[in-house]
Amino acid sequence: MNWLLVITGGMIGAPLRYLTDRIVQSRHDTVFPWGTLAVNVTGCLILGLLAGGAPGQNLQLFLGTGLCGALTTYSTFSYETLRLTEGGAGLLAAANVLGSVVAGLGAAFAGVWVGGVL
Amino acid sequence: MTDPGIRTATVATRPRPSALHGQAPVVAVVAVGGAIGACARYAASLIWPAQTGGFPWTTFWVNVVGCAVIGVFLVAVTEIRTVHHLVRPFFGTGVLGGFTTFSTYAVDIQKLVGHGRPGTGLAYLAATLLAALAAVTLAATTTRRVLKRRTR
Repeated sequence: MNWLLVITGGMIGAPLRYLTDRIVQSRHDTVFPWGTLAVNVTGCLILGLLAGGAPGQNLQLFLGTGLCGALTTYSTFSYETLRLTEGGAGLLAAANVLGSVVAGLGAAFAGVWVGGVL
Repeated sequence: MTDPGIRTATVATRPRPSALHGQAPVVAVVAVGGAIGACARYAASLIWPAQTGGFPWTTFWVNVVGCAVIGVFLVAVTEIRTVHHLVRPFFGTGVLGGFTTFSTYAVDIQKLVGHGRPGTGLAYLAATLLAALAAVTLAATTTRRVLKRRTR
């Protein structure tokens, strides 16, 4: 049962990240990876809400480990940062790192706080 | 002679091609890959369970290993060889994207701070960032060097 919850969450989270990235990246003309930033921050907020709200183990496995884990990504984040650096956009690479960490942590802290209140 | 006004009108009313057009096969392989990646991460968390208030070594290594593998993989399939068009979304976006996680990273830092371990939280924040970026850079550079030498 636990594995089924993680699999289902992962099967939803990963395509959600792919489709969000495609939609976001098709709406602007810059090289900045807004799509990955958007899914990472959203995932941090949802996982924060779960951590603050302390739901049952099933919801934690499905939404937390499965969905949020697959929705967010560290590998694409670091690869896109590398591509920006290699392409000579060092400032954008630094902005991506700083922006992702600050916004991701902000969303996680806010999520935990709101989850605790609810 | 064609009427430029009518032509422009025809072009203008044609809907912009959607970013999601013809994406079903890609979405399917990303979903399967995402499930595999998430299971691998879940398995790692069961084999090496995290201790409350301790340094989250399992997520740290999951993210660092995922970054190293994506560095090798994406350089190999985008710069060195041509592969089937579903290989990259399946393995890169699906498996590795599903395996690594940014949300657990951020929430684990929040938990460490919440448990009165801000020092460990800060160390984890910086160590993951530095190790992940170093891993992807080293992996991409080494792969480029090795595979280009071989194909030469």
